[in-house]
Amino acid sequence: MLEDLPILSFITFIPLAGALLLALFAWLGKAEGREQLERNAPRAALVISIAVLILSILMTLDFDSTKAGFQFMEDTPWLGGGIEYRVGVDGISVLFVLLTAFLTPFCILASMTSVKKRMLEYMIAFLVLETLMIGVFVALDLILFYLFFEAVLIPMFIIIGVWGGKNRVYASYKFFLYTLLGSVLMLAAILWIYNYSGIQLGERTTDMRVLIEELKIPGGAQTWLWLAFFASFAVKMPMWPVHTWLPDAHVEAPTAGSVILAGILLKLGGYGFLRFSIPLFPEASLNLAPIIFWMSVIAIIYTSLVAYRQNDMKKLIAYSSVAHMGFVTMGIFTFNMQGIQGGIFQMLSHGIISGALFFCVGVIYDRMHTREISFYGGLVSKMPVYAALFLLFTMANVGLPGTSGFVGEILTMVGAYQVSPWIAFGAAIGMILSAVYALHLYRAVIFGEVVNDKLDDILDVTRTELFILGTLAFFTILLGVYPSLITDVTAASVEKLIADFNAAQIAAGVQ
Amino acid sequence: MIYQFIVFAPLLGAIIAGVAGTRFGSQILNATLSKVVTTGLLFLSAILSWVVFMNIGFGDSPDQTVQLFRWMEVGDMKADWALKIDTLTAVMLVVVNSVSALVHLYSWGYMSDDKYQPRFFAYLSLFTFAMLMLVTADDFIQLFFGWEGVGLASYLLIGYYYKKPSANAAAIKAFVTNRVGDVGLALGIMTIFLMFGSVKFDTVFAALEGGADTILPFLWMEFNALELIAFLLFIGAMGKSAQFVLHVWLPDAMEGPTPVSALIHAATMVTAGVFLVCRAHPIFELAPVTSGFITTVGAFTALFAASVALVQNDIKRVIAYSTCSQLGYMFFAAGVGAYNAAMFHLFTHAFFKALLFLCAGSVIHALHHEQDMRKMGGIWKKVPWTYGAMIIGTLAITGIGIPGSYTWGFAGFFSKDAIIEAAYAARGDTNAAIFAFWIGITAALMTSFYSWRLIFMTFHGKFRGEQHTLDHAHESPWNMRVPLVLLSIGAVFAGAVFHKYFMKDYGGFWHGALPAVDGEHHASISNTLYAAAETTASDAHYADDHAPSGPFGWLFKMVHGYPYWVLLLPLVASVTGFVVAYFMYVRGSVTAKIDNIKETGGSPLYNFLLNKWYVDELYDATVVRAVRKLGDIFWKIGDVRIIDGLGPNGVAKLASGAAKRVSKLQTGYLYHYAFVMLLGVALLILVAFRGTTGG
Repeated sequence: MLEDLPILSFITFIPLAGALLLALFAWLGKAEGREQLERNAPRAALVISIAVLILSILMTLDFDSTKAGFQFMEDTPWLGGGIEYRVGVDGISVLFVLLTAFLTPFCILASMTSVKKRMLEYMIAFLVLETLMIGVFVALDLILFYLFFEAVLIPMFIIIGVWGGKNRVYASYKFFLYTLLGSVLMLAAILWIYNYSGIQLGERTTDMRVLIEELKIPGGAQTWLWLAFFASFAVKMPMWPVHTWLPDAHVEAPTAGSVILAGILLKLGGYGFLRFSIPLFPEASLNLAPIIFWMSVIAIIYTSLVAYRQNDMKKLIAYSSVAHMGFVTMGIFTFNMQGIQGGIFQMLSHGIISGALFFCVGVIYDRMHTREISFYGGLVSKMPVYAALFLLFTMANVGLPGTSGFVGEILTMVGAYQVSPWIAFGAAIGMILSAVYALHLYRAVIFGEVVNDKLDDILDVTRTELFILGTLAFFTILLGVYPSLITDVTAASVEKLIADFNAAQIAAGVQ
Repeated sequence: MIYQFIVFAPLLGAIIAGVAGTRFGSQILNATLSKVVTTGLLFLSAILSWVVFMNIGFGDSPDQTVQLFRWMEVGDMKADWALKIDTLTAVMLVVVNSVSALVHLYSWGYMSDDKYQPRFFAYLSLFTFAMLMLVTADDFIQLFFGWEGVGLASYLLIGYYYKKPSANAAAIKAFVTNRVGDVGLALGIMTIFLMFGSVKFDTVFAALEGGADTILPFLWMEFNALELIAFLLFIGAMGKSAQFVLHVWLPDAMEGPTPVSALIHAATMVTAGVFLVCRAHPIFELAPVTSGFITTVGAFTALFAASVALVQNDIKRVIAYSTCSQLGYMFFAAGVGAYNAAMFHLFTHAFFKALLFLCAGSVIHALHHEQDMRKMGGIWKKVPWTYGAMIIGTLAITGIGIPGSYTWGFAGFFSKDAIIEAAYAARGDTNAAIFAFWIGITAALMTSFYSWRLIFMTFHGKFRGEQHTLDHAHESPWNMRVPLVLLSIGAVFAGAVFHKYFMKDYGGFWHGALPAVDGEHHASISNTLYAAAETTASDAHYADDHAPSGPFGWLFKMVHGYPYWVLLLPLVASVTGFVVAYFMYVRGSVTAKIDNIKETGGSPLYNFLLNKWYVDELYDATVVRAVRKLGDIFWKIGDVRIIDGLGPNGVAKLASGAAKRVSKLQTGYLYHYAFVMLLGVALLILVAFRGTTGG
């Protein structure tokens, strides 16, 4: 039934339409109506995002996970010259759409109380952000993808810059500078591919389906193109050593901004590797995989150690995110089922867990307006429910079996071990270090005596907070105990990805 | 359904008690109810476990695996949630659930003053569930689930008194040290999957022969695949079972409430490593080098921990080091291939060590949370039940019994002697075995000394604490005494009753879950380790025929396949330990001097032992410091100075006046920035579009 509707376009553009509507009201409305609009904007945004969530769930339920190809395809003329509006999802992207649609309502819900100024604009920014994020995952045209991929930074940039903390300007600047470098190179690469498709296929196109199936890029060029895409994806991941924008961005971002940043934006890089780098440049991917492995292992160990020494809760979690993304890149470039499936799983699971951790920080930040670890201590006496939930997410972050964090870690390591025990060994060291920094944080904030008398009257989680954290906790455990919910959906597409990759290696060997 | 109930009833209890502990739950359920529910469910589980144990070990109920549902399926890697029930599991079910049920009951009394009892009982039950998942696993991944699950519960319970910094530190230390071991285990599981394409026990064990000669690269070396797997698995076992190098967390774990020490850090969780080695014994049998390593580490730990226990003054620490030492015994038994002896000692040790801990708890409870034995003494009349039970526990751990008899002896007598005999029997196979044998004897002497020293310092002589503590000293309530009595029964009879089943596979007790290695059965063992078993057997006959005559001839007479002196020696060691302790602490006046030693410093050897061989200090100075330093270096130099300095900040400095421009990016200007960026992107696309279609 859904096949007949342009369901993906609905999912993608409903938030944008909502945002435009809100903007229109603001423009048309009188000054005295402004206050009412401010009050109603979050509710409207919430309704819109829930509608998107429902559609996404329906779409996912209707998704046929036995098929490897793209589904819910839409192909509409757009710019011409082979550049068209093409959207669709396969097993790799469909769950990212769902994750985005799932996290956004929570972000809006959490922002209702924590955002103190310009509520209307904030909601508009968030809805635009949702459209752009979903757009990245559904776009099947190189140019369309590029547009979404770069544009997604703008609302994020604004959210940090307007609603951020003290050093928001420096953070935004750093964020921008890093990303700029990657974008320019990637655009050049896209144009090269567009041009080359005309030479090889007779007709220029940016249609990903055609490019994946038919385009054969010569080995030498693959390396350069791969590096150009890599520049962009590595910054987004972020991989060591281009990770330093992330801690600053997180520290300055408002809670919901951090949740989206960690939950979705960090996955764009990993998704990019899977959607573009591996299918388009299989030879280069194989040849350059060792670089990825070493960068991943360094990221896991290095950033875990750095995380341990942080005084700011958000910085600590941000560094831990870099380490966890190291598992993702490590898994993806193993080119085996466990590694890639594990990488995807790790991204989705990290989306939930790190989102939840940033919500947790937000809960106490809203009350005390500081993220300084040493400010807190002994919260378990005052906030037992919060302490229990925070414990669950801490353990999930550490990768305790039974939580979703474990599945991603063990699968990527099993995948990596098949390539080289060294890599798996390096990543396994990260298992120890993650326990060191995570338990250090938990102890300092939750355990001990309450020494700071400002904490005397701190209240436990509100009903809204309990709902948000409780739901995320539910999924953390559900996916930890029954990960097939994810791996069954992704299996067929990943199998095809690997089969194509192997076929390309054989073809390259023959030539 | 009986199996599902046994395993999941504690989880249900944990959830109910956990909810009751919250402010929402406390309105519906009160604390008492949560105690009743968890304890009730645990007793049911324990009774059913005994039923299962009887049916599997002594009846004709077949081994089976109950499939629950698929956990992961990714490519070839498949793991299930399942309950594997064989004799080995049944033994563990009995141990875990019996001790857990009694500890639950005991905690009613011990924790009666605690404000957060539902939380405590929730943790205890959660632990039990994780432990049950561990022992019923039918593949390595579920085992790992239980493995880390018990680690979590242990972390929570060690840090139960969360206001104490020392408890928090100990909890983290336990978790992190265990994680080091877990990394070994995880890598072992990965190697298994790489080799055999499966993580399921039965599939892997069936395929072992095929992998026996494979060489695998690991880090900078190459290993025989099975040796590598065995070695990595054993690293995991070392962490969980507190073997030397990774033992440092166990003594500190005594920060937890005493019932926790009894359940987790004596009877069950710490034995998980032994269980792992026994469960995976087909691998270890084919890995002689690693087995030798296990024997050596086990024996060394037995000696090391016993030596430290000699001089400790905290009643719980003495027992903690004792546990560490007894685990060493179990490992060297497993190392020489006597897996059944290891399991037998695990089984009896669970009873008498839990008993000793609970007795210690009873003493601590009586003396208002005093743990320092230097401030105890002469209280046996005040706590007669505890005293009696602790004597029984001590007789059990020191292995009192009649050598050569299979009927008369306390539990530890049978199991510890079985281990020492097994080491003796394997003397021809590895050098490690004979090393282990003599260390086993020496450690037995030390065990006896520190155990009796504990009794004498605690219960005999004059009371050395404050008078009013003594005045208020009282015997524990019934709910603490009942577990003591029941465990005492176990400590007395568990050895005599079960010896022939565990050690001689009487009536096909093991159903093949473990090879039944015993002196007399050596020849029947098809085990590479025991290629030389024939020799041992013929040695025996030789000795039998040529039993030397003369005054000491009886010492060399063969009894049950061993020269009589081998059977006699552990008892001699034990009695010697008792006599020395008696003369030092009852007849002598060492106790009085200990306080002075602390002040003035004892002999170098004494200080060395008192400070636990300075292992903690060594780790602090090296590993702990290095982690902190490296973290700071990577952060402050790597990230801030190098990456940021050369990257974004460097770029900003390079462009002249860039600093000014950056500072202009105030809130309002950010829109401009974003707008410019959007424009730029649009422009680029436009150019691209024009350039390609037009040109």
